[in-house]
Amino acid sequence: MPKLFTGAEIVFKCLEDQDVEYIFGYPGGAVLPIYDELKNFQSIKHILVRHEQGAGHAAEGYARSSGKPGVVLVTSGPGATNAVTALTDAYMDSVPLVCISGQVPTHLIGTDAFQECDTTGITRPCTKHNWLVKDIKDLQKVIHKAFEVATTGRPGPVLVDIPKDIQFQKTKYTSFKKINKKLNGNSHNYFNQKDINQLIDLMKKSKRPIFYTGGGVINSGPKASELLRELVRATGFPITSTLQGLGCFPGDDDQFLGMLGMHGTYEANNAMHDCDLMINIGARFDDRITGKIDEFSPKSKKVHIDIDPSSINKNVKVDLPIVGDVKQVISSIIKNIKKTKPNFVNSNKQNISKWWLQIDKWRQKKSLNYINSDTSIKPQYAVQRLYELTKGKDTYITTEVGQHQMWAAQHYKFDKPNRWMTSGGLGTMGYGLPAAVGVQVAHPNKLVIDIAGEASVLMTMQEMSTAVQYSLPIKIFILNNEYMGMVRQWQELLHDKNYSESYTAALPDFVKLAEAYGCVGIRAKTPDELDDKIIEMLNTDRPVIFDCLVDKQENCFPMIPSGKPHNQMILGPEDEKDNKITGKGKALV
Amino acid sequence: MPKSKSAYSVAGKKGKLDTHIIVVWVDNEAGVLARVVGLFSGRGYNIESLAVAEVDSKLNISRVTIVTTGSPEVIDQIKLQLKKLVPVHKVASFKREDKKVIFKEMALFKFVSNSKKMKLAVKACKKFNPVLLDETNKSCVVQVTALRREIDKMAVNFKKYGLKSISRTGAVAMTRGSDVL
Repeated sequence: MPKLFTGAEIVFKCLEDQDVEYIFGYPGGAVLPIYDELKNFQSIKHILVRHEQGAGHAAEGYARSSGKPGVVLVTSGPGATNAVTALTDAYMDSVPLVCISGQVPTHLIGTDAFQECDTTGITRPCTKHNWLVKDIKDLQKVIHKAFEVATTGRPGPVLVDIPKDIQFQKTKYTSFKKINKKLNGNSHNYFNQKDINQLIDLMKKSKRPIFYTGGGVINSGPKASELLRELVRATGFPITSTLQGLGCFPGDDDQFLGMLGMHGTYEANNAMHDCDLMINIGARFDDRITGKIDEFSPKSKKVHIDIDPSSINKNVKVDLPIVGDVKQVISSIIKNIKKTKPNFVNSNKQNISKWWLQIDKWRQKKSLNYINSDTSIKPQYAVQRLYELTKGKDTYITTEVGQHQMWAAQHYKFDKPNRWMTSGGLGTMGYGLPAAVGVQVAHPNKLVIDIAGEASVLMTMQEMSTAVQYSLPIKIFILNNEYMGMVRQWQELLHDKNYSESYTAALPDFVKLAEAYGCVGIRAKTPDELDDKIIEMLNTDRPVIFDCLVDKQENCFPMIPSGKPHNQMILGPEDEKDNKITGKGKALV
Repeated sequence: MPKSKSAYSVAGKKGKLDTHIIVVWVDNEAGVLARVVGLFSGRGYNIESLAVAEVDSKLNISRVTIVTTGSPEVIDQIKLQLKKLVPVHKVASFKREDKKVIFKEMALFKFVSNSKKMKLAVKACKKFNPVLLDETNKSCVVQVTALRREIDKMAVNFKKYGLKSISRTGAVAMTRGSDVL
């Protein structure tokens, strides 16, 4: 007679076999049997959050910074519904999460029992797949399948709903051998040599090429970023990146044009508009990137490399789709260049020299410039100083959502993948603080900073308590302008300065709040003291809330106004003063 | 162009709409229909009719046939999204005009009237393989198999014969000849 295990034990045996080290969760009635087993599995550490949304975002931060799936454990009903925002966030940004939720006992399902909700029904549209386990014999298979679904192909969240009676029932457990199928293995590659040849042919002919790279490069693993660097150097082409792709190419490299899209640089957006060959690697033509679809890069041949076939032709029709894992596609391209045109970068220099001259002209605009001040801290200046003072430290940055997020993306230069965690697709305010908790759990000795806005950070502020409990020295760097800055900016530009409900009239004292949580509060009020205060923050080995009082009126430029193509950007105030804004963009200023 | 007052772009040009029949082979498990149908509603795709039943009890496979309208890009996107669902095995699609494919819908008509009118009714169904399933002296139930528009027409025309109730299925489809999907 083989040994029998309870459902709760099987959950942990599965997690052990999947090499899970940390789970983020919150107990409750319907998961108590699982929590009861926690003590018997020493290799798995549980991080107790203060709200299930925090558990989800922390698991996202953990996953994005480590490349491993994040695991969340929540109870039924409100536990599961609180996790929905984080699951949706992970779904939009392709983050591998495995969420295990408790459910009321099977005989009570459908009776509106206490803390019952249709968890699989609610999470169906925000997970890659979900399961309600109704038979203890299925549990093991389902959990291992859940990890497989979450981590293969285009990664994403999954949910396993386990009724309480199933957690008590007993069955056999057969040790699971992790199939050595590599993450995003060959099963997702549908490209062939012909596609690669065609791409190389396009690259040879192109006079105005550009690489447009996204989060897919990061999801493909650190090797993909290395290969991307090799490819970009082997071609001499310019490269721009989406918000999620930052870090896969060094932010301070000459070939890098900065981020593109709504708040991207002038040179990146104009290059996207005027190019004759666009090579999209692991990005998805999101509406924040394309602007007006009908006028998006009208003169270019478009190549789209993506692991998810449904990303191809979804928003923008492309000329050459290449479905496959970014790492393997790039490696194939490099091999072919080496074989057929070993000296491509030099022989092709002449071909694209005019293009680079044009790009340099756009660069002269210095579109990220802003008018600095001696009296008030400009938010851009704060991010720049933070960058300069943390440059060599292999820093991990998370953000909330809004102006501060865009300033962080514009002014903080990343040179490694997995160092930048931000909610792009869903745009979840309150993402950054719990994400920082997860990042710090994965990298206990690294510097982790959440560049935050005061409005966003209040949405999940309770997780400071988690950071203190586990001595996670995260740094919450709040650019405090007392406004929901991005809302205020849109209201200024598009709604006749009717600042409807975008000012927070009663903010907490963040320094005292930090003290109340048992961490350290620091406040910077003037540009003169900023550096010293930042250094003070960096020298503190406990969690810190940094209240950086910044200019309240500052807007995030450059920007593409809604419904406009890439070449009609609004530039910053300096440009405005010189009256250089042309085209329809002006009507909107 | 009207000035956009939102953070989103204005809608671009819309492509030409066609009617397509999409056939999906899925694992016959709890919630699978909700996944397929939820994908359509969640992404704003249209469902004109739906037919689903198990076709292989050994392998536990159901065949879902969905009639939908959309531009070619939307139809492609529907198919690609369907293929991403974990319990989906295979997806196929045809245009309604496709001559290589047979489409049929079934309908049950209940007539309540006199025998003379009911006879006329059955006669009028003649082209559509009528089967008399139930008969009393003042009512009858007739089964027909036909195309959607033919059933639509009958539903209107048969009022005069005392048609009181209609029950109909979604379209099912099969390729002609020896080709198997």
